Amino acid sequence: MEPLREVEGRAIPYGAKNVDTDVIIPAHWLKTITREGLGRGAFETVRTQPGNVFDDPDFAGAPILIAGDNFGCGSSREHAAWALLDMGVRAVVAPSFSDIFASNAFKNGVLTVELPQEQVDRLLEVARDHPVSIDLESQTVTTPFQDRFAFDIDPFRKHCLLEGLDEVGLTMARDAAIGHYEARQAREMPWLVTGTEKAA
Amino acid sequence: MASRPRTLYEKIWDTHVVETRDDGTALIYIDRHLVHEVTSPQAFEALRVSNRPVRRPDLTLAVPDHNLPTTARTDAAGNRLPIADPQSAAQLAALEANAPAFGIRYIGATDASQGIVHVVGPEQGFSLPGATIVCGDSHTAAHGGVGALAFGIGTSEVEHVLATQTLLLRKSKTMEVRVEGDLGPGVTAKDLILHIVGVVGTAGGTGHVIEYRGPVFETMSVEGRLTVCNMSIEAGARAGLIAPDDRTFAYLKGRPLAPSGADWDRAVAWWRSLPTDEGAQFDKSVVIDATAIEPTVSWGTSPEDVVPIGGSVPAPESFADPSKQDAARRSLAYMGLEPGQRMTDVSIENVFIGSCTNSRIEDLRAAAEVLRGRRKAAGVKWAIVVPGSGLVKAQAEAEGLDKVFIDAGLEWREPGCSACLGMNPDKVPPGERCASTSNRNFVGRQGPGSRTHLVSPAMAAAAAVTGRLTDVRELVKQPA
Repeated sequence: MEPLREVEGRAIPYGAKNVDTDVIIPAHWLKTITREGLGRGAFETVRTQPGNVFDDPDFAGAPILIAGDNFGCGSSREHAAWALLDMGVRAVVAPSFSDIFASNAFKNGVLTVELPQEQVDRLLEVARDHPVSIDLESQTVTTPFQDRFAFDIDPFRKHCLLEGLDEVGLTMARDAAIGHYEARQAREMPWLVTGTEKAA
Repeated sequence: MASRPRTLYEKIWDTHVVETRDDGTALIYIDRHLVHEVTSPQAFEALRVSNRPVRRPDLTLAVPDHNLPTTARTDAAGNRLPIADPQSAAQLAALEANAPAFGIRYIGATDASQGIVHVVGPEQGFSLPGATIVCGDSHTAAHGGVGALAFGIGTSEVEHVLATQTLLLRKSKTMEVRVEGDLGPGVTAKDLILHIVGVVGTAGGTGHVIEYRGPVFETMSVEGRLTVCNMSIEAGARAGLIAPDDRTFAYLKGRPLAPSGADWDRAVAWWRSLPTDEGAQFDKSVVIDATAIEPTVSWGTSPEDVVPIGGSVPAPESFADPSKQDAARRSLAYMGLEPGQRMTDVSIENVFIGSCTNSRIEDLRAAAEVLRGRRKAAGVKWAIVVPGSGLVKAQAEAEGLDKVFIDAGLEWREPGCSACLGMNPDKVPPGERCASTSNRNFVGRQGPGSRTHLVSPAMAAAAAVTGRLTDVRELVKQPA
């Protein structure tokens, strides 16, 4: 995973609430066996509407998306995060995110920034004509107009994003602890393995 | 530790902590991992690239379901028929190759017990009370119906579980949905959960694990409990739970992958200790009056957009939140509905009975009960019944339900996700309506431009008969 320290540039002022992952990437794009190329299908249904922000040349390749409450609800498809990444988006700012989407985004090095609705509204306004800057180290979002919004982030996620760490590799280093747990479970809750063993 | 009363969720969580980290996250052991063709290829590829094996293939079960066509899979001679769509074929072939390559148990497309992962898991006794269960699919919440902590994960997490059999998680908050009173006649588990999603809202459960509580669940079948927990994600909750009890144990006993003998007895003894302790605290609590629930239908493009069948399409101005007003306007334009229109005046051209929410034997019995001796309306162009698994299909055929459906003019299909999600050939045409027993009415969910009305199996059957959304309680009063 590529380390992420700051994201700076144009920000797509989208803002719609309860955007589900079927909107971010419709199901027919899910028949792929790779992670690449999904940007073409991103927000496909929104893009059928004339004047939509995603086809506005000003926002082509913009690294930031400004979204509404409960962004990424619905299906667990990680393709939503891959589609955003493929569009060039490295950070999404919204008042709230669905749990699964936020986790998927993080695991692909896409930063999710939660800010209060009024600050998101301000960013939606600024982003129309001006760039936005997000600094992960200092946990702030700034604009060319002295706006400075602080955000919270899980310390572990921050560390992984800053260092570009592979979570699978990190957990595999805990092999002994996992093995210890498995041995205890086999003793105390043998039924969890006997059923699947017998038919294997 | 033992002195503080704990919820069902807390008990399962505590039992599965491998280690706790300084930042408050915990490495949680995963007892069961279900894998399907859509969200796994990139995970297997990542394992291959890093030369990592699957840590516990014995705790992993792979089944194709999402883009498998529901038409015949073999010809008269028993040869497998090719899959027309090359992308679907490639994805299905990838799972079929990855499972043996990594030593994972695989129930293939032509296996008698193939089906939707969330139907197959409980049916095989793979899903057990008190277990942690994950799958790269948000409707994994369904397995909470047997008292498991079950939730959907993304593909990176699928890879993480394949490699380590664990997930790094932060403990969720807990939410009690307490249902008081009983459901009326003709009101089903599906109506109950649609109503609950309407009350809680699609983001109401975000960050929480829901426990459904109340006397109604004690008399509800395991199938019904699976339906309720299945749609927890529609209320924003990654998982939903119902305490395991004698019904759960009776449902699971003797299933192929369930424990047996002394292990079974030991398991039951532990499962009996799982229900939430008296006095345990929930972070949030919602009370639902079951007696006030009618058969429920959706009108909009979010699962929270529900009304009783006797109700009308709401006016956007009736919502307090301005953004919800906008969303309602967009929904009504997409759905082609007018404020004030009675739900029973909405005509439908398609009927889908199936999905991980409603494709178990009890669901098919309920639909067949309504359709027995009746015919689908002339205006209904496409009506399909898709059993959740090969075993459900065989059971339904043994009971003659397939004949009831076929005689009524419905198609009887092979098991799979089908028209729930527009990934396989089963789609609702643009601009047309579908009375659907699935779980999501999102824009384009059943195919581009499709208009979905979420309903129970009995209500879908009633709509097939009349060609419009119909109160099944009125229909069954009349002789067939």
